Amino acid sequence: MLKNRIIPCLDVKNGRVVKGINFVDLKDAGDPVEQAKIYSDGGADEICFLDITASNENRDTIYDVVDKTSKKCFVPLTVGGGIRSVEDINKLLNCGADKVSINTAAVQNAKVVEDSSRKFGSQCIVVAIDAKRNNAGWEIYTHGGRNSTGINALEFASKMEKCGAGELLVTSMDKDGTQSGYDIELMQKISSAVNIPVIASGGVGTLDHLVDGIKSGASAVLAASIFHYGTYSVNEAKQYLASKDIPVRI
Amino acid sequence: MNVTIVDYNSGNISSVINSFKEVAKNKVNIEVTADLNKIKSSDKVVLPGQGSFKSCVDALNNISGLVDTLNDFAINNKKPLLGICVGLQMFADVGYEEIETKGLGWISGKVLKIDNQNGKYKLPHIGWNQINIVKDSQIFKGIENNSHMYFVHSYELVPNNMSVVSATTDYSSSIVCSIEKENIFGTQFHPEKSDKTGLKIIDNFINL
Repeated sequence: MLKNRIIPCLDVKNGRVVKGINFVDLKDAGDPVEQAKIYSDGGADEICFLDITASNENRDTIYDVVDKTSKKCFVPLTVGGGIRSVEDINKLLNCGADKVSINTAAVQNAKVVEDSSRKFGSQCIVVAIDAKRNNAGWEIYTHGGRNSTGINALEFASKMEKCGAGELLVTSMDKDGTQSGYDIELMQKISSAVNIPVIASGGVGTLDHLVDGIKSGASAVLAASIFHYGTYSVNEAKQYLASKDIPVRI
Repeated sequence: MNVTIVDYNSGNISSVINSFKEVAKNKVNIEVTADLNKIKSSDKVVLPGQGSFKSCVDALNNISGLVDTLNDFAINNKKPLLGICVGLQMFADVGYEEIETKGLGWISGKVLKIDNQNGKYKLPHIGWNQINIVKDSQIFKGIENNSHMYFVHSYELVPNNMSVVSATTDYSSSIVCSIEKENIFGTQFHPEKSDKTGLKIIDNFINL
């Protein structure tokens, strides 16, 4: 039976984890490679890096991080943030990323999704959708949630599926950072609108939120803070999901 | 010993390279090349494959003499070869992704889209699934039945003769996920992304 995935996400800036925590045995709390290794040893089904490096001159730091991580972690590695072109994707994959997650570029130019999924295969193309509620449903935003687009999230999700996306990473901007749980209605609507797997993101504060995320129809749940601050370990999260009869890999 | 990972521009093979190097340490030499002479002289060959069946077959055919060299290696000289994902699928006679495309013809059968029961199952089949080991395979030494492996695919190999099948996995129906036919091995799942159990399979292949 296919298991639901738990994906811890690390925010990386200039090659460093943004907010360090005090894991035991961690020599360098800011080192993304060490953090990723702790997650994968703890049973993470995948690892996600979100590169939030602002300046272009430091953009290359992520390649070094991906290269080192992929030599130590043997679970799938997804990298997102700042990806503009097929060439950027090629570079990340060559460094050892297994998937890339594309946000702004997918909205601005759907051809990037079409071309990259044809060139590298749909399995490595994740489209990240940042959605915010409005009167008509949900609108997608780009540039890390700064720019509105007027585009309906459900329509965009279907379009990305047609363009060749292998998965959708759906983040609720209303919920992100609130620790009050995923936007369940959004996850349900998008999951039933497409035939590709959906990864739920944004708002996790408790283990029950992960359960709700899976029950909404998402194939995988992504969380940053609860793992990052050590509130729960990946293994605790999996044990809890299993206790609620949700199939997970233990 | 030399193990060659065939680099034929079939997409992203860095994870395959990393995992084999991790397992091989410095005891086994891992080559990454499409050089025909190097393939001929190696002890074992790994055939990865990402993207569509057609794009992988086209990429193989684009390198002059490569298919003949692989045929010599695996069929005439019967040396160990491991296909991963589309690498395994290409063993079939024919694949139907994008357009009908001839495969290597090493395993009689075809490659078809997984029946997702009208959308009941999401495709691609992505994530960790358990394998049902149906026959002793040398690459499963020390691997427990029902172990989890990482999958990502929308197409499946359907062999004509099920005796080559060494493991299946359940997704919509029973899907062939590993084969062993004499010296030819293949996994639909990605051992290079399946953590310690996956690395053990790679270790088993290297130590054949």
